[in-house]
Amino acid sequence: MIYAEILAGGSGTRMGNTDRPKQFLMLGNKPILVHTIEAFLLNPRIDRILVVVPNVWLDYSKDIMNKYNVYTDRVHLVVGGSTRNETIMNGCRYIESQWGITDEDIIVTHDSVRPFITQRIINDNIDACLKYGAVDTVIPAVDTIVESTNNETITNIPVRKYYYQGQTPQSFGIAQLTSLYNALTEEEKDILTDACKIFTMKGHPVHLVMGEGYNIKITAMYDLKLANAILEGHLHD
Amino acid sequence: MINQRYRLISPKIIRVDFTEDAIGEKDVVVRPQYLSICAADQRYYQGLREKAILDKKLPMCLIHEAVGEIVYDPKGEYPTGTLVAMVPNIACDNDETIKENYRLTSKFSSSSEDGFMRSLVTIDRSRIVECGNLKGRCASLLEPMSVAMNAYDVCFRKYNRHPKSIGVWGDGSIGFVVALVMKKMIPGCEVSVIGTNPEKLEYFSFCDHQYMIDTVPCMSQFDACFECVGGPASSKAINQMIDCIKPQGILSLMGVSEHPVEVNTRMVLEKGLTLVGHSRSSVQDFKDCVELMQSKPEISNYLESIISDEVVIRSITDMYEAFDKDRSNRFKTVMKWEM
Repeated sequence: MIYAEILAGGSGTRMGNTDRPKQFLMLGNKPILVHTIEAFLLNPRIDRILVVVPNVWLDYSKDIMNKYNVYTDRVHLVVGGSTRNETIMNGCRYIESQWGITDEDIIVTHDSVRPFITQRIINDNIDACLKYGAVDTVIPAVDTIVESTNNETITNIPVRKYYYQGQTPQSFGIAQLTSLYNALTEEEKDILTDACKIFTMKGHPVHLVMGEGYNIKITAMYDLKLANAILEGHLHD
Repeated sequence: MINQRYRLISPKIIRVDFTEDAIGEKDVVVRPQYLSICAADQRYYQGLREKAILDKKLPMCLIHEAVGEIVYDPKGEYPTGTLVAMVPNIACDNDETIKENYRLTSKFSSSSEDGFMRSLVTIDRSRIVECGNLKGRCASLLEPMSVAMNAYDVCFRKYNRHPKSIGVWGDGSIGFVVALVMKKMIPGCEVSVIGTNPEKLEYFSFCDHQYMIDTVPCMSQFDACFECVGGPASSKAINQMIDCIKPQGILSLMGVSEHPVEVNTRMVLEKGLTLVGHSRSSVQDFKDCVELMQSKPEISNYLESIISDEVVIRSITDMYEAFDKDRSNRFKTVMKWEM
Protein backbone atom coordinates (compact mmCIF):
# COMPACT_ATOMS: atom_id res chain seq x y z
CA MET A 1 0.00 0.00 0.00
CA ILE A 2 1.11 3.53 -0.71
CA TYR A 3 -0.03 6.02 1.89
CA ALA A 4 0.22 9.79 1.89
CA GLU A 5 0.32 11.60 5.19
CA ILE A 6 -0.43 15.30 5.09
CA LEU A 7 0.98 16.99 8.15
CA ALA A 8 -1.45 19.73 9.09
CA GLY A 9 -0.27 20.72 12.52
CA GLY A 10 0.20 18.97 15.77
CA SER A 11 2.76 21.12 17.49
CA GLY A 12 2.16 21.20 21.22
CA THR A 13 3.48 24.74 21.28
CA ARG A 14 0.37 25.77 19.46
CA MET A 15 -1.91 24.40 22.18
CA GLY A 16 -4.04 27.19 23.55
CA ASN A 17 -3.27 29.39 20.59
CA THR A 18 -6.58 30.34 19.03
CA ASP A 19 -5.10 31.71 15.81
CA ARG A 20 -6.13 29.65 12.81
CA PRO A 21 -3.15 27.62 11.62
CA LYS A 22 -1.81 28.67 8.21
CA GLN A 23 -3.05 25.53 6.45
CA PHE A 24 -6.62 26.76 6.87
CA LEU A 25 -6.04 30.18 5.29
CA MET A 26 -7.35 30.81 1.79
CA LEU A 27 -5.08 30.49 -1.21
CA GLY A 28 -7.05 31.56 -4.28
CA ASN A 29 -10.51 30.13 -3.80
CA LYS A 30 -9.77 27.31 -1.35
CA PRO A 31 -7.93 26.73 1.94
CA ILE A 32 -4.27 25.78 1.52
CA LEU A 33 -4.92 22.35 3.08
CA VAL A 34 -7.58 21.55 0.46
CA HIS A 35 -5.20 22.34 -2.41
CA THR A 36 -2.62 20.02 -0.88
CA ILE A 37 -5.09 17.17 -0.38
CA GLU A 38 -6.25 17.57 -4.00
CA ALA A 39 -2.71 17.12 -5.30
CA PHE A 40 -2.54 13.72 -3.62
CA LEU A 41 -6.11 12.74 -4.51
CA LEU A 42 -5.22 13.30 -8.17
CA ASN A 43 -2.37 10.81 -7.99
CA PRO A 44 -3.89 7.38 -8.61
CA ARG A 45 -0.86 5.58 -7.13
CA ILE A 46 -1.75 6.80 -3.64
CA ASP A 47 -4.07 4.27 -2.02
CA ARG A 48 -4.98 6.18 1.13
CA ILE A 49 -4.41 9.69 2.40
CA LEU A 50 -4.12 10.53 6.08
CA VAL A 51 -4.66 14.13 7.06
CA VAL A 52 -3.17 14.68 10.48
CA VAL A 53 -4.53 17.70 12.34
CA PRO A 54 -4.45 19.03 15.91
CA ASN A 55 -7.25 17.67 18.03
CA VAL A 56 -8.89 21.07 18.49
CA TRP A 57 -9.06 21.55 14.72
CA LEU A 58 -10.42 18.08 13.95
CA ASP A 59 -14.05 19.08 13.46
CA TYR A 60 -13.13 22.25 11.64
CA SER A 61 -10.94 20.22 9.27
CA LYS A 62 -13.78 17.77 8.69
CA ASP A 63 -16.13 20.64 7.86
CA ILE A 64 -13.88 22.31 5.31
CA MET A 65 -12.89 18.98 3.75
CA ASN A 66 -16.58 18.18 3.30
CA LYS A 67 -17.30 21.66 2.01
CA TYR A 68 -14.65 21.35 -0.72
CA ASN A 69 -15.45 17.69 -1.50
CA VAL A 70 -12.05 16.24 -0.61
CA TYR A 71 -13.21 14.09 2.31
CA THR A 72 -13.55 11.02 0.09
CA ASP A 73 -13.27 7.30 0.83
CA ARG A 74 -9.50 7.54 0.35
CA VAL A 75 -9.07 10.29 2.95
CA HIS A 76 -8.81 9.69 6.71
CA LEU A 77 -8.54 12.27 9.47
CA VAL A 78 -6.10 11.52 12.27
CA VAL A 79 -5.20 13.51 15.39
CA GLY A 80 -1.62 14.77 15.47
CA GLY A 81 1.00 14.40 18.17
CA SER A 82 2.99 16.78 20.33
CA THR A 83 5.95 17.02 17.93
CA ARG A 84 6.39 16.71 14.17
CA ASN A 85 7.77 13.20 14.48
CA GLU A 86 5.07 12.18 16.94
CA THR A 87 2.53 13.45 14.42
CA ILE A 88 4.11 11.30 11.69
CA MET A 89 4.13 8.34 14.04
CA ASN A 90 0.47 8.88 14.95
CA GLY A 91 -0.27 8.38 11.29
CA CYS A 92 1.76 5.16 11.27
CA ARG A 93 -0.04 3.93 14.40
CA TYR A 94 -3.37 4.69 12.77
CA ILE A 95 -2.37 2.67 9.70
CA GLU A 96 -1.27 -0.24 11.89
CA SER A 97 -4.50 -0.22 13.87
CA GLN A 98 -6.75 0.05 10.82
CA TRP A 99 -5.10 -2.09 8.18
CA GLY A 100 -1.88 -3.49 9.62
CA ILE A 101 1.59 -2.84 8.21
CA THR A 102 3.59 -4.96 5.79
CA ASP A 103 7.21 -4.54 4.67
CA GLU A 104 5.95 -3.27 1.29
CA ASP A 105 3.94 -0.37 2.73
CA ILE A 106 5.36 3.11 2.24
CA ILE A 107 4.28 6.52 3.45
CA VAL A 108 4.77 9.83 1.63
CA THR A 109 4.70 12.53 4.31
CA HIS A 110 4.10 16.10 3.21
CA ASP A 111 3.66 19.51 4.79
CA SER A 112 0.08 20.68 4.36
CA VAL A 113 1.41 24.21 3.78
CA ARG A 114 3.29 23.22 0.60
CA PRO A 115 0.38 23.31 -1.87
CA PHE A 116 2.55 23.74 -4.99
CA ILE A 117 3.68 20.11 -4.82
CA THR A 118 3.80 18.57 -8.31
CA GLN A 119 2.82 15.15 -9.56
CA ARG A 120 6.43 14.67 -10.67
CA ILE A 121 7.71 15.15 -7.12
CA ILE A 122 5.07 12.79 -5.69
CA ASN A 123 5.87 10.12 -8.28
CA ASP A 124 9.63 10.49 -7.78
CA ASN A 125 9.12 10.03 -4.04
CA ILE A 126 7.08 6.88 -4.57
CA ASP A 127 9.56 5.41 -7.07
CA ALA A 128 12.62 6.20 -4.95
CA CYS A 129 10.99 5.05 -1.72
CA LEU A 130 9.95 1.73 -3.22
CA LYS A 131 13.57 1.31 -4.35
CA TYR A 132 15.57 2.72 -1.45
CA GLY A 133 13.21 2.77 1.55
CA ALA A 134 13.83 6.35 2.66
CA VAL A 135 13.63 9.56 0.62
CA ASP A 136 14.03 13.27 1.21
CA THR A 137 12.97 15.99 -1.24
CA VAL A 138 15.58 18.71 -1.61
CA ILE A 139 16.72 21.55 -3.81
CA PRO A 140 20.36 22.63 -4.20
CA ALA A 141 21.26 25.45 -1.82
CA VAL A 142 21.23 28.72 -3.71
CA ASP A 143 22.57 31.03 -1.03
CA THR A 144 25.93 30.56 0.59
CA ILE A 145 25.58 28.61 3.82
CA VAL A 146 27.28 30.26 6.77
CA GLU A 147 27.88 28.37 10.00
CA SER A 148 28.12 30.16 13.30
CA THR A 149 28.24 27.94 16.34
CA ASN A 150 28.33 30.90 18.73
CA ASN A 151 25.69 32.91 16.82
CA GLU A 152 28.07 35.86 16.64
CA THR A 153 30.91 35.12 14.25
CA ILE A 154 31.39 32.80 11.30
CA THR A 155 32.92 29.51 12.27
CA ASN A 156 32.75 27.91 8.86
CA ILE A 157 31.59 28.46 5.28
CA PRO A 158 30.93 25.01 3.86
CA VAL A 159 31.24 24.18 0.17
CA ARG A 160 27.81 25.05 -1.17
CA LYS A 161 27.63 22.33 -3.80
CA TYR A 162 27.34 19.72 -1.06
CA TYR A 163 24.41 21.46 0.62
CA TYR A 164 20.73 21.26 -0.08
CA GLN A 165 17.60 22.76 1.35
CA GLY A 166 15.13 20.24 2.66
CA GLN A 167 11.54 20.30 1.45
CA THR A 168 8.81 17.71 1.62
CA PRO A 169 7.62 15.08 0.81
CA GLN A 170 9.76 12.79 2.92
CA SER A 171 8.92 9.16 2.26
CA PHE A 172 9.66 6.01 4.18
CA GLY A 173 9.05 2.32 4.42
CA ILE A 174 6.54 2.34 7.28
CA ALA A 175 7.77 -0.81 9.02
CA GLN A 176 11.37 0.41 9.08
CA LEU A 177 10.41 3.93 10.15
CA THR A 178 8.37 2.56 13.03
CA SER A 179 11.08 0.16 14.10
CA LEU A 180 13.85 2.80 13.99
CA TYR A 181 11.72 5.38 15.81
CA ASN A 182 10.76 2.96 18.57
CA ALA A 183 14.44 2.12 19.09
CA LEU A 184 15.30 5.78 19.84
CA THR A 185 15.83 6.92 23.41
CA GLU A 186 13.70 9.80 24.69
CA GLU A 187 16.81 12.04 24.53
CA GLU A 188 17.36 11.12 20.91
CA LYS A 189 13.70 11.80 20.12
CA ASP A 190 13.99 15.24 21.75
CA ILE A 191 16.75 16.41 19.42
CA LEU A 192 15.09 15.15 16.25
CA THR A 193 13.87 18.03 14.16
CA ASP A 194 13.42 16.04 10.99
CA ALA A 195 12.02 12.62 10.20
CA CYS A 196 14.92 11.75 7.86
CA LYS A 197 17.26 12.13 10.80
CA ILE A 198 15.65 9.03 12.33
CA PHE A 199 17.28 7.12 9.49
CA THR A 200 20.59 8.98 9.29
CA MET A 201 21.13 8.75 13.06
CA LYS A 202 20.93 4.99 12.78
CA GLY A 203 23.21 4.85 9.75
CA HIS A 204 20.54 4.19 7.15
CA PRO A 205 20.95 6.03 3.82
CA VAL A 206 18.26 8.46 2.74
CA HIS A 207 17.95 8.94 -1.01
CA LEU A 208 17.57 12.45 -2.49
CA VAL A 209 14.73 13.46 -4.80
CA MET A 210 14.82 16.86 -6.48
CA GLY A 211 12.11 19.27 -5.40
CA GLU A 212 11.27 22.58 -7.00
CA GLY A 213 12.09 26.10 -5.91
CA TYR A 214 8.40 26.92 -6.01
CA ASN A 215 7.45 24.05 -3.69
CA ILE A 216 7.43 26.70 -0.98
CA LYS A 217 6.30 26.33 2.59
CA ILE A 218 3.70 28.92 3.52
CA THR A 219 4.61 29.80 7.07
CA ALA A 220 4.48 33.59 7.17
CA MET A 221 1.96 36.06 5.80
CA TYR A 222 4.61 37.15 3.32
CA ASP A 223 4.67 33.59 1.92
CA LEU A 224 0.89 33.60 1.58
CA LYS A 225 0.98 36.89 -0.27
CA LEU A 226 3.62 35.47 -2.59
CA ALA A 227 1.61 32.28 -3.11
CA ASN A 228 -1.53 34.22 -3.97
CA ALA A 229 0.46 36.41 -6.34
CA ILE A 230 1.73 33.49 -8.41
CA LEU A 231 -1.62 31.69 -8.57
CA GLU A 232 -3.95 32.59 -11.43
CA GLY A 233 -7.65 32.42 -10.63
CA HIS A 234 -10.29 29.89 -11.64
CA LEU A 235 -9.41 28.71 -15.13
CA HIS A 236 -11.54 26.53 -17.31
CA ASP A 237 -11.16 25.68 -21.01
CA MET B 1 -6.87 22.20 -7.86
CA ILE B 2 -3.54 23.93 -8.32
CA ASN B 3 -2.13 23.05 -11.70
CA GLN B 4 1.18 23.71 -13.40
CA ARG B 5 0.94 24.98 -16.96
CA TYR B 6 4.13 25.12 -19.00
CA ARG B 7 3.65 28.10 -21.27
CA LEU B 8 5.71 29.48 -24.10
CA ILE B 9 6.12 33.13 -23.13
CA SER B 10 8.36 34.14 -26.04
CA PRO B 11 10.29 32.16 -28.65
CA LYS B 12 12.30 29.37 -26.99
CA ILE B 13 11.33 30.42 -23.46
CA ILE B 14 8.91 28.29 -21.44
CA ARG B 15 7.69 29.30 -17.99
CA VAL B 16 5.69 27.38 -15.39
CA ASP B 17 2.49 29.14 -14.40
CA PHE B 18 0.26 28.10 -11.53
CA THR B 19 -3.45 28.09 -12.11
CA GLU B 20 -6.38 27.23 -9.92
CA ASP B 21 -8.41 25.02 -12.25
CA ALA B 22 -12.09 24.44 -11.64
CA ILE B 23 -13.36 20.87 -12.08
CA GLY B 24 -16.96 20.91 -13.32
CA GLU B 25 -19.36 17.96 -13.23
CA LYS B 26 -18.99 17.39 -16.96
CA ASP B 27 -15.19 17.40 -16.70
CA VAL B 28 -12.64 14.70 -16.15
CA VAL B 29 -9.06 15.23 -15.03
CA VAL B 30 -6.41 13.69 -17.28
CA ARG B 31 -2.73 13.29 -16.53
CA PRO B 32 -0.89 13.61 -19.85
CA GLN B 33 1.40 10.67 -20.67
CA TYR B 34 2.63 11.18 -24.22
CA LEU B 35 2.68 14.45 -26.13
CA SER B 36 3.72 14.71 -29.74
CA ILE B 37 5.25 17.83 -31.28
CA CYS B 38 3.54 19.20 -34.39
CA ALA B 39 5.04 21.61 -36.93
CA ALA B 40 2.52 24.21 -35.72
CA ASP B 41 3.98 23.96 -32.18
CA GLN B 42 7.46 24.24 -33.60
CA ARG B 43 6.54 27.42 -35.51
CA TYR B 44 5.39 29.03 -32.28
CA TYR B 45 8.43 27.74 -30.37
CA GLN B 46 10.89 29.02 -32.94
CA GLY B 47 9.06 32.35 -33.24
CA LEU B 48 8.33 31.79 -36.92
CA ARG B 49 4.77 33.11 -36.69
CA GLU B 50 4.15 36.78 -37.36
CA LYS B 51 5.00 39.01 -34.42
CA ALA B 52 1.39 40.21 -34.17
CA ILE B 53 0.21 36.60 -33.82
CA LEU B 54 2.84 35.81 -31.21
CA ASP B 55 1.94 38.96 -29.28
CA LYS B 56 -1.72 37.96 -29.31
CA LYS B 57 -1.40 34.28 -28.41
CA LEU B 58 1.52 34.03 -26.01
CA PRO B 59 1.87 33.10 -23.20
CA MET B 60 0.31 29.78 -24.15
CA CYS B 61 0.85 26.08 -23.50
CA LEU B 62 1.82 24.32 -26.72
CA ILE B 63 0.90 20.81 -27.94
CA HIS B 64 -2.41 19.54 -29.23
CA GLU B 65 -1.40 15.92 -29.88
CA ALA B 66 -1.67 14.17 -26.54
CA VAL B 67 -2.95 11.15 -24.66
CA GLY B 68 -3.14 10.58 -20.95
CA GLU B 69 -4.80 8.62 -18.21
CA ILE B 70 -7.93 9.54 -16.32
CA VAL B 71 -7.04 10.40 -12.73
CA TYR B 72 -10.41 11.77 -11.65
CA ASP B 73 -13.95 11.56 -12.93
CA PRO B 74 -16.52 13.24 -10.69
CA LYS B 75 -19.28 11.12 -12.27
CA GLY B 76 -17.35 7.87 -11.95
CA GLU B 77 -17.97 6.88 -15.58
CA TYR B 78 -14.31 6.40 -16.45
CA PRO B 79 -12.18 4.13 -14.26
CA THR B 80 -8.94 5.68 -13.03
CA GLY B 81 -6.13 4.79 -15.41
CA THR B 82 -8.27 4.75 -18.58
CA LEU B 83 -6.12 5.85 -21.51
CA VAL B 84 -7.77 8.64 -23.47
CA ALA B 85 -6.91 10.95 -26.34
CA MET B 86 -7.71 14.59 -25.75
CA VAL B 87 -9.46 16.33 -28.64
CA PRO B 88 -8.00 19.82 -29.13
CA ASN B 89 -11.00 21.22 -31.02
CA ILE B 90 -13.49 22.89 -28.68
CA ALA B 91 -16.94 23.14 -30.23
CA CYS B 92 -18.75 26.13 -28.79
CA ASP B 93 -22.07 25.84 -30.61
CA ASN B 94 -24.26 23.17 -32.18
CA ASP B 95 -24.53 24.39 -35.77
CA GLU B 96 -25.06 21.03 -37.47
CA THR B 97 -24.64 22.57 -40.94
CA ILE B 98 -20.91 23.07 -40.34
CA LYS B 99 -18.52 20.39 -39.10
CA GLU B 100 -17.29 21.35 -35.62
CA ASN B 101 -13.66 21.85 -36.64
CA TYR B 102 -14.68 24.44 -39.25
CA ARG B 103 -17.06 26.53 -37.15
CA LEU B 104 -15.80 30.04 -36.64
CA THR B 105 -16.92 29.87 -33.01
CA SER B 106 -14.80 26.80 -32.24
CA LYS B 107 -11.64 27.11 -30.20
CA PHE B 108 -8.50 25.03 -30.35
CA SER B 109 -6.04 23.92 -27.69
CA SER B 110 -2.61 25.38 -28.44
CA SER B 111 -3.98 28.10 -30.68
CA SER B 112 -6.84 30.00 -29.07
CA GLU B 113 -6.51 28.18 -25.69
CA ASP B 114 -3.73 26.58 -23.71
CA GLY B 115 -2.46 23.33 -25.19
CA PHE B 116 -1.75 20.16 -23.23
CA MET B 117 1.68 20.95 -21.72
CA ARG B 118 0.23 20.90 -18.22
CA SER B 119 0.69 18.74 -15.17
CA LEU B 120 -3.01 17.86 -15.31
CA VAL B 121 -5.68 18.67 -17.87
CA THR B 122 -9.25 19.36 -16.80
CA ILE B 123 -11.30 18.69 -19.90
CA ASP B 124 -14.97 18.31 -20.78
CA ARG B 125 -15.76 14.60 -21.09
CA SER B 126 -17.22 15.18 -24.56
CA ARG B 127 -13.66 15.95 -25.72
CA ILE B 128 -12.00 12.71 -24.71
CA VAL B 129 -11.87 9.48 -26.68
CA GLU B 130 -10.97 6.15 -25.11
CA CYS B 131 -7.95 4.53 -26.72
CA GLY B 132 -8.93 0.94 -25.96
CA ASN B 133 -5.94 -1.36 -26.22
CA LEU B 134 -3.73 1.12 -28.12
CA LYS B 135 -0.33 1.90 -26.61
CA GLY B 136 0.05 5.44 -25.27
CA ARG B 137 3.17 6.34 -27.25
CA CYS B 138 1.60 5.40 -30.54
CA ALA B 139 -1.82 6.78 -29.55
CA SER B 140 -0.25 10.21 -29.20
CA LEU B 141 -0.36 10.28 -33.00
CA LEU B 142 -4.15 9.91 -33.00
CA GLU B 143 -4.55 13.64 -33.54
CA PRO B 144 -2.66 13.78 -36.87
CA MET B 145 -4.40 10.53 -37.82
CA SER B 146 -7.73 12.20 -37.08
CA VAL B 147 -6.78 15.13 -39.32
CA ALA B 148 -6.23 12.60 -42.13
CA MET B 149 -9.53 10.94 -41.21
CA ASN B 150 -11.26 14.32 -41.43
CA ALA B 151 -9.87 14.72 -44.95
CA TYR B 152 -11.14 11.25 -45.90
CA ASP B 153 -14.52 12.06 -44.38
CA VAL B 154 -14.92 15.39 -46.17
CA CYS B 155 -13.56 14.27 -49.56
CA PHE B 156 -14.93 10.77 -49.92
CA ARG B 157 -17.24 9.38 -47.23
CA LYS B 158 -19.54 12.39 -47.17
CA TYR B 159 -20.15 12.09 -50.93
CA ASN B 160 -19.83 8.31 -51.13
CA ARG B 161 -16.88 8.65 -53.50
CA HIS B 162 -14.57 5.72 -54.22
CA PRO B 163 -11.35 6.97 -55.79
CA LYS B 164 -9.16 4.40 -57.55
CA SER B 165 -5.92 6.34 -57.39
CA ILE B 166 -4.64 8.94 -54.94
CA GLY B 167 -1.46 10.99 -54.95
CA VAL B 168 -0.08 12.35 -51.69
CA TRP B 169 2.47 15.15 -52.02
CA GLY B 170 4.80 15.41 -49.04
CA ASP B 171 7.08 12.86 -47.37
CA GLY B 172 6.67 14.23 -43.84
CA SER B 173 4.48 13.08 -40.98
CA ILE B 174 1.21 14.46 -42.36
CA GLY B 175 1.91 12.95 -45.77
CA PHE B 176 2.55 9.65 -44.00
CA VAL B 177 -0.68 9.56 -41.99
CA VAL B 178 -2.78 10.81 -44.91
CA ALA B 179 -1.38 8.09 -47.19
CA LEU B 180 -1.88 5.51 -44.43
CA VAL B 181 -5.49 6.46 -43.69
CA MET B 182 -6.41 6.54 -47.40
CA LYS B 183 -4.76 3.19 -48.03
CA LYS B 184 -6.56 1.56 -45.11
CA MET B 185 -9.94 3.27 -45.51
CA ILE B 186 -10.29 2.75 -49.27
CA PRO B 187 -9.63 -0.91 -50.11
CA GLY B 188 -8.18 -1.38 -53.58
CA CYS B 189 -7.23 2.26 -54.00
CA GLU B 190 -3.76 2.81 -55.41
CA VAL B 191 -1.89 5.31 -53.23
CA SER B 192 1.27 7.06 -54.41
CA VAL B 193 3.50 9.32 -52.37
CA ILE B 194 5.53 12.08 -53.98
CA GLY B 195 8.41 13.62 -52.07
CA THR B 196 11.90 15.05 -52.11
CA ASN B 197 13.79 12.86 -49.67
CA PRO B 198 14.48 9.30 -50.87
CA GLU B 199 15.27 8.03 -47.37
CA LYS B 200 12.00 9.34 -45.98
CA LEU B 201 10.09 7.96 -48.95
CA GLU B 202 11.31 4.48 -48.03
CA TYR B 203 9.21 4.64 -44.85
CA PHE B 204 6.06 4.70 -47.01
CA SER B 205 6.30 0.94 -47.64
CA PHE B 206 2.50 0.50 -47.60
CA CYS B 207 2.10 2.82 -50.58
CA ASP B 208 1.87 1.40 -54.09
CA HIS B 209 4.39 3.88 -55.50
CA GLN B 210 7.01 6.23 -54.09
CA TYR B 211 8.09 8.99 -56.44
CA MET B 212 10.62 11.78 -56.24
CA ILE B 213 9.05 15.02 -57.45
CA ASP B 214 11.15 14.98 -60.61
CA THR B 215 10.26 11.41 -61.55
CA VAL B 216 6.49 11.35 -61.02
CA PRO B 217 4.76 10.47 -64.29
CA CYS B 218 2.39 13.40 -64.73
CA MET B 219 -0.24 12.18 -67.09
CA SER B 220 -3.45 13.11 -65.33
CA GLN B 221 -3.46 9.88 -63.42
CA PHE B 222 -4.89 10.66 -59.96
CA ASP B 223 -8.56 10.85 -58.99
CA ALA B 224 -7.60 12.84 -55.94
CA CYS B 225 -4.46 14.54 -54.66
CA PHE B 226 -3.44 15.66 -51.20
CA GLU B 227 -0.97 18.48 -50.63
CA CYS B 228 0.90 17.84 -47.36
CA VAL B 229 3.88 20.08 -48.07
CA GLY B 230 3.20 23.53 -46.67
CA GLY B 231 5.53 26.49 -46.57
CA PRO B 232 7.25 28.04 -49.60
CA ALA B 233 7.29 24.72 -51.51
CA SER B 234 3.47 24.58 -51.52
CA SER B 235 3.15 26.43 -54.80
CA LYS B 236 5.38 24.06 -56.72
CA ALA B 237 3.64 21.06 -55.20
CA ILE B 238 0.11 22.31 -55.88
CA ASN B 239 0.90 23.18 -59.47
CA GLN B 240 2.41 19.75 -60.05
CA MET B 241 -0.70 18.21 -58.50
CA ILE B 242 -2.85 20.23 -60.88
CA ASP B 243 -0.85 18.74 -63.75
CA CYS B 244 -1.12 15.21 -62.43
CA ILE B 245 -4.77 15.07 -61.42
CA LYS B 246 -7.59 13.84 -63.63
CA PRO B 247 -10.19 16.36 -64.82
CA GLN B 248 -12.85 17.04 -62.19
CA GLY B 249 -10.58 15.52 -59.55
CA ILE B 250 -10.42 16.65 -55.95
CA LEU B 251 -7.34 18.53 -54.90
CA SER B 252 -6.94 18.75 -51.13
CA LEU B 253 -4.82 21.36 -49.40
CA MET B 254 -3.42 20.35 -46.00
CA GLY B 255 -0.07 22.12 -45.71
CA VAL B 256 0.13 25.40 -43.82
CA SER B 257 1.83 28.34 -45.43
CA GLU B 258 2.59 31.65 -43.75
CA HIS B 259 2.38 33.46 -47.08
CA PRO B 260 -0.07 33.52 -50.01
CA VAL B 261 0.56 30.71 -52.49
CA GLU B 262 0.52 31.09 -56.28
CA VAL B 263 -1.76 28.58 -57.97
CA ASN B 264 -2.22 27.86 -61.67
CA THR B 265 -5.91 28.71 -61.64
CA ARG B 266 -6.19 28.52 -65.43
CA MET B 267 -5.63 24.76 -65.26
CA VAL B 268 -7.92 24.46 -62.25
CA LEU B 269 -10.63 25.98 -64.40
CA GLU B 270 -9.78 23.96 -67.47
CA LYS B 271 -9.84 20.69 -65.57
CA GLY B 272 -12.84 21.62 -63.45
CA LEU B 273 -11.02 20.74 -60.28
CA THR B 274 -12.40 20.96 -56.78
CA LEU B 275 -10.02 22.52 -54.29
CA VAL B 276 -10.76 21.60 -50.69
CA GLY B 277 -8.97 22.79 -47.57
CA HIS B 278 -8.59 20.50 -44.57
CA SER B 279 -7.67 21.46 -41.08
CA ARG B 280 -8.06 19.93 -37.66
CA SER B 281 -10.63 17.26 -36.83
CA SER B 282 -13.71 16.32 -34.84
CA VAL B 283 -14.40 13.98 -31.93
CA GLN B 284 -15.94 11.52 -34.40
CA ASP B 285 -12.74 11.57 -36.49
CA PHE B 286 -10.80 10.53 -33.38
CA LYS B 287 -13.28 7.72 -32.69
CA ASP B 288 -13.06 6.52 -36.29
CA CYS B 289 -9.26 6.42 -35.99
CA VAL B 290 -9.33 4.37 -32.79
CA GLU B 291 -11.74 1.93 -34.46
CA LEU B 292 -9.55 1.73 -37.56
CA MET B 293 -6.36 1.20 -35.55
CA GLN B 294 -7.96 -1.48 -33.42
CA SER B 295 -9.27 -3.36 -36.44
CA LYS B 296 -5.94 -3.07 -38.27
CA PRO B 297 -3.11 -3.51 -35.75
CA GLU B 298 -0.46 -3.02 -38.44
CA ILE B 299 -1.31 0.70 -38.41
CA SER B 300 0.23 1.04 -34.95
CA ASN B 301 3.41 -0.55 -36.25
CA TYR B 302 3.56 1.88 -39.15
CA LEU B 303 2.99 4.80 -36.79
CA GLU B 304 5.73 3.54 -34.47
CA SER B 305 8.13 3.67 -37.41
CA ILE B 306 7.70 7.45 -37.71
CA ILE B 307 8.35 8.19 -34.03
CA SER B 308 11.90 9.38 -34.58
CA ASP B 309 12.62 10.22 -30.97
CA GLU B 310 11.15 9.93 -27.50
CA VAL B 311 12.28 12.46 -24.90
CA VAL B 312 11.46 12.00 -21.22
CA ILE B 313 10.25 15.31 -19.82
CA ARG B 314 11.02 15.99 -16.16
CA SER B 315 11.98 19.65 -16.37
CA ILE B 316 11.64 22.70 -18.59
CA THR B 317 15.18 22.02 -19.83
CA ASP B 318 13.93 18.66 -21.12
CA MET B 319 11.18 20.51 -23.02
CA TYR B 320 13.80 22.68 -24.72
CA GLU B 321 15.76 19.56 -25.62
CA ALA B 322 12.68 17.93 -27.15
CA PHE B 323 11.85 20.95 -29.32
CA ASP B 324 15.48 21.34 -30.37
CA LYS B 325 15.85 17.66 -31.26
CA ASP B 326 12.57 17.75 -33.16
CA ARG B 327 14.05 20.17 -35.67
CA SER B 328 16.55 17.62 -36.88
CA ASN B 329 14.36 14.54 -36.51
CA ARG B 330 13.01 12.91 -39.66
CA PHE B 331 9.45 12.54 -38.45
CA LYS B 332 7.76 12.84 -35.05
CA THR B 333 9.21 13.68 -31.65
CA VAL B 334 7.19 12.33 -28.75
CA MET B 335 7.54 13.64 -25.22
CA LYS B 336 7.05 11.13 -22.40
CA TRP B 337 5.49 13.46 -19.89
CA GLU B 338 6.57 13.07 -16.27
CA MET B 339 6.02 16.63 -15.06
